[in-house]
Amino acid sequence: MNLRRLATSLIAPAIGLGVSLAATAVILISIGANVTVIFSSMWNYGTSPRAMTLMLNLATVYFLSALAVSIGFKMNLFNIGVNGQYILGSLAAAVVASNLQLPKAISITVTILTAMFVGAAWAGIAAWLKVARGVSEVISTIMLNFIAVGIISYLIVRTSIGTETSVNIRGTKFIPESGMLRGNAFIDPDTKVYGFLIISIFVGVGYWFLLNRTRFGFDLRATGKSASAARTSGVQSTRMIVTTMLLSGAVAGLVGLPYLLGQTGSYNLQFPTEWGFIGIAIALLGRNNPVGIAIGAIFVAFLDVSSGQLVLEGVPREISTIMQGLIVIVVVISYEVVRRNQVKSEQRSVARALAKQEVSA
Amino acid sequence: MLKGVKLASVLAVASLALAACGSSSDTAESAAPTAAASAVKVGMAYDQDGKGDGSFNDAAFAGLSKAQTDLGVEIKEVNSGAGATDAAREELLTLLAEGGYNPVIAVGFAYSTALAAVAPKFPETTFAIVDSVVDSPNVGSLIFAAEQGSYLTGVIAASASKSGHIGFIGGMEIDLIKAFEAGYNEGARSVNPDIIIDSKYMGPAGDNTAWNVPEKAKTATDGMIANGADVIYAAAGGSGLGMFQSVKAAGAGYWAIGVDSDQYTVPALAEYKDFILTSMLKRVDVAVYDVIAALVNGAPLVGIQAFDLSKEGVGYSSSNSAVAEYAAAADAAAAKIASGEVVVGTTVE
Repeated sequence: MNLRRLATSLIAPAIGLGVSLAATAVILISIGANVTVIFSSMWNYGTSPRAMTLMLNLATVYFLSALAVSIGFKMNLFNIGVNGQYILGSLAAAVVASNLQLPKAISITVTILTAMFVGAAWAGIAAWLKVARGVSEVISTIMLNFIAVGIISYLIVRTSIGTETSVNIRGTKFIPESGMLRGNAFIDPDTKVYGFLIISIFVGVGYWFLLNRTRFGFDLRATGKSASAARTSGVQSTRMIVTTMLLSGAVAGLVGLPYLLGQTGSYNLQFPTEWGFIGIAIALLGRNNPVGIAIGAIFVAFLDVSSGQLVLEGVPREISTIMQGLIVIVVVISYEVVRRNQVKSEQRSVARALAKQEVSA
Repeated sequence: MLKGVKLASVLAVASLALAACGSSSDTAESAAPTAAASAVKVGMAYDQDGKGDGSFNDAAFAGLSKAQTDLGVEIKEVNSGAGATDAAREELLTLLAEGGYNPVIAVGFAYSTALAAVAPKFPETTFAIVDSVVDSPNVGSLIFAAEQGSYLTGVIAASASKSGHIGFIGGMEIDLIKAFEAGYNEGARSVNPDIIIDSKYMGPAGDNTAWNVPEKAKTATDGMIANGADVIYAAAGGSGLGMFQSVKAAGAGYWAIGVDSDQYTVPALAEYKDFILTSMLKRVDVAVYDVIAALVNGAPLVGIQAFDLSKEGVGYSSSNSAVAEYAAAADAAAAKIASGEVVVGTTVE
């Protein structure tokens, strides 16, 4: 049974990968590109030490984003607002960290707590709107994303929070080295793997533990499977919604930190603002399972990083975006197909067993 | 492999040629620059989606393709894609430098942090960056006095306006673009101190979509025209298309002013050309060409390179003959700026 479950969870991604590779090949041929050359150069470049380091760094960001999304997914809550939660969390973290002169461990802890608090607070608005006013979290979180961009722009452009960090770029003051988490160059001698990688692994383990080994996690999954059944058995649904959104927002608050503490040291107006949406795709790919999410994050990061090599070969980098989209769609469909087949085969085996019983009776 | 063979055969032919006419020094000299030029490989990195905006990025491309035809250099273009990280931009520049591209030209200030990290690692490569300053001995920083060029379009706009009411559409609300607005306002007020100027930005600082929302620019322009404006200037990258659409819809008597490239001659904008009075030229093409030509001539262009009116780094286009009427006023203003009599500010009061 367990073996069968394992096979199920592996078959779908394998099909997804195969089909999307084939479809990408068709697209490449139709634009007149040499498929084998492109795939092999993507692979060769993608497995070089420097590209692998960049891939891990990006995957760390994607992993946290997908975890934040999947906490909500587990309870049928769609947190589309990871974007707003992480940019505000990163900005707050950058402001606080740049004003700290403390030992590294304390400074980093304070920075992380700030980011989590702000992310949770921003998600909390959507949670409150949902339980008190019945506003769908999909709508409110999307709107809150826009509001977050506006607030940040105001703070950086019009208040003393922002300074001109380089010509034509405004951002927060730089974080002192004691507050940075630049990491180690253990794969490529010149490029560092963000120090936040380790922290995000802890977050992943914490996610697994919370959902599978605690009363809260059980309630959360139960509410996700059947809200009415959970309510009947004594789970308070409003409290669950608020707690889940706050947790999702707290993890979302961390999404920008690997990059902030490992690379820029300042939240500037060039800071990427769309990592939350990638998290949704990866949460779907990884079926809300931390290991699956980690694999999905690494895979999507691989495609993103190797798209840099694609443009050098004269192939539009959008090819890798198309591939990502195809994989998500195909994997989601094939999960469903595999699941239906599994249900059918179970029904058949039950029917067979029952038939045998009748005969013997 | 193939390149090695090519190079070897070129060398073989060259040595044969030299051996054949060893006494003729003329041949060797005239052959030298061409040989150097064909060995020059230019790497160009655009930000976000790159070419096709009919404006800023296409101006950079125009300089690049001119160098390709005139100087015979090899070219390679890449773009960073939307929402790129500094790490991704560093990697693009590194890939170009590693691939033997020299010069490597970064189009847009978004590359400044990435270039500051990459340039010191490749001291033998010459880099250039548009709209920013990177302090490294092998980087040319190409800066434009956009406020001076915008002053001239302001003079033209105010002279052409019948209603005494003009408009400005900005891309992202950042100092770089505010300098356009400041110059435009100042130029317009120098002609008509009581002129009404509407101003609207397509997005706050940090909102990267601001350069590519033509529908939003169209709505904004529609609003300005409804308020009585009859000449509109857009410094908004790809969003500028919306202004052209709106002005065309308004019909005769309304004018649009383009930016960066000579938008009257941009093929993709051909259907709007009759409504494009002039364009503020930010000669990114000249700057890019200069960088490449300097390298081909063996004297790389590094340090801060300011492109202003006196260097013809900014200006206005006269492709549309309708602008001739106002050219005298604009040229007089240009002379005053070049002589230092008028100093154009870069901030909007």
